[in-house]
Amino acid sequence: MIPSRTELKRVAPGGLDVERIRADFPILKLRVNGKPLVYLDNAASSQMPQPVLDRWIRYLTTQHSNIHRAVHYLSETATAEYEAARRKLAAFINAGDEREVIFTTGTTDAINLVAHGYGRKFVGAGDEIVLTTLEHHSNIVPWQMVAEEKDARIRVVPVNDRGELIFEEYLKLLGPRTRLVAVGHVSNALGTINPVREMIAAAHGQGIPVLVDGAQAAPHMQLDMRALDCDFYAFSGHKMFGPTGIGVLYGKSAWLEKMQPYKGGGDMILSVTFEKTVYNVIPGKFEAGTPPIAAAITLAAAADYVTGIGIEQIHAHETDLLDYATDQVNRLPGVRIVGTAEKKAAVLSFVVDGVHPHDVGTLLNEEGVAVRTGHHCAQPVMQRFGIPATSRASFAFYNTHAEVDALVAGIRKVQKVFR
Amino acid sequence: MADTKQLYQEVILDHNRKPRNWGMLADATHRAEGHNPLCGDHLTLTLRLRDEAVDAVQFQGESCAICKASASMMTVAVSGKSRDDAERLVQEFRDLATGKLDAAGPHHLGRLTVFAGMRDLPTRVKCAILPWHTLHAALNEEASTTTEAEADPMHAPIIGGAG
Repeated sequence: MIPSRTELKRVAPGGLDVERIRADFPILKLRVNGKPLVYLDNAASSQMPQPVLDRWIRYLTTQHSNIHRAVHYLSETATAEYEAARRKLAAFINAGDEREVIFTTGTTDAINLVAHGYGRKFVGAGDEIVLTTLEHHSNIVPWQMVAEEKDARIRVVPVNDRGELIFEEYLKLLGPRTRLVAVGHVSNALGTINPVREMIAAAHGQGIPVLVDGAQAAPHMQLDMRALDCDFYAFSGHKMFGPTGIGVLYGKSAWLEKMQPYKGGGDMILSVTFEKTVYNVIPGKFEAGTPPIAAAITLAAAADYVTGIGIEQIHAHETDLLDYATDQVNRLPGVRIVGTAEKKAAVLSFVVDGVHPHDVGTLLNEEGVAVRTGHHCAQPVMQRFGIPATSRASFAFYNTHAEVDALVAGIRKVQKVFR
Repeated sequence: MADTKQLYQEVILDHNRKPRNWGMLADATHRAEGHNPLCGDHLTLTLRLRDEAVDAVQFQGESCAICKASASMMTVAVSGKSRDDAERLVQEFRDLATGKLDAAGPHHLGRLTVFAGMRDLPTRVKCAILPWHTLHAALNEEASTTTEAEADPMHAPIIGGAG
């Protein structure tokens, strides 16, 4: 059937019916300072659609109890739903084995788990951990703590002026003392998509395991653990349209079985006496205490929602948005985009000549436009580009060209105030 | 909700464009660094105290407009003031920006009341207060201060001075 003219108009170039998708997100109807909310801070935290919110309510109103404990109906139901969520997320990231999916409280928690469980066990004096200039602080500080404790060394892959990792320099850093490579899939500050597949292959060539911080990749691209062949992959629920307080660590079972537990407590043991405790098998070994059950189940619903829209569709729409925004912002005299990598996710970091990003952010907020301003928990990136901070617009599949226009109009107003 | 157009009024924009007392005193008796790690605002304040009064004060650094204008207007306000009067202004300014002081009531802030709107912008309060914290640190022989942890202006008392 040929769609009517109005239907054609509603469908964005990416092929998504954005207006219909937006109707799923109650928060996008908000008005801020008398203007429609233009939410462009998705890299910090994304919003939740109604079907995902409904899943949270349904769990808490009809299925909740503690898991892996009692024999009663609700405990069995909650356990089944929690483990079903694990299976669903294993499929979402194409993990080979659902036992390789560990629920954490977020990406930071997941990285700390590996820093403790792998780093403290396998990194020794004089060993090296390879990071990159683009890392978020949460993929720097845990490794510095390990390095300090073990008298190991942090090596850092440099970036070029476009914000891309310099691959030849990366290769030079790999050596017999390298115990781990920890790299972000997508830079939160600049949007650069790193060549993680090639980086993993190169590291594996020397027997070095790789952790990928996927916090910024999960909402934008297909996650495929078997194709990537990474040893660890970490991501957060709240950046992929799920709730806060939940995240996932994927880890190859061969590593997880060798690693020491991160937290001690209930559910991570097989038996406890005061003489000896036998740890649980994976993934239970790494899930001490009552986990965020409702959040885990709701995260699986978010994965379903994303899958339902289609990751290819999302990618096409966001690419179109980023191209449009890049073009529009480039037309503004006195505005410079920071991070111009060839391969980018839908993140636009920029600086306005003569205006500090915090002033930009406050004035954009006056127009209802929400952007992040500051160093984005990536101070080494700011130092690399010689700036204290940037303003960052980050897009999701529910953003529109009209919202890009609101951003651009807002920047013009900022320039007018500071003229 | 704050009207930021009121906040970014001409006096603040003017001090941001042409900060007064910009630079570093060669013969400073007191000096402090102020740093807001959350946004990267950073300033260095130098002052010359003579007979327990602010004989000269200068600042320089890199910051947002709110911080720079606040610093510029502060240097104008405290020049020639006694140490105690300067400390009293520090306290009053902090109370104004955090909403504890009514701009319509008694105070010594004069034109600095343009910063009254900060109370509605909790994320920006620290930008306005940083120069004053730095002045307080300098007067009390502290080499540096920050807007975070114990020194967080939203919670911490100002120790010493006229507070």
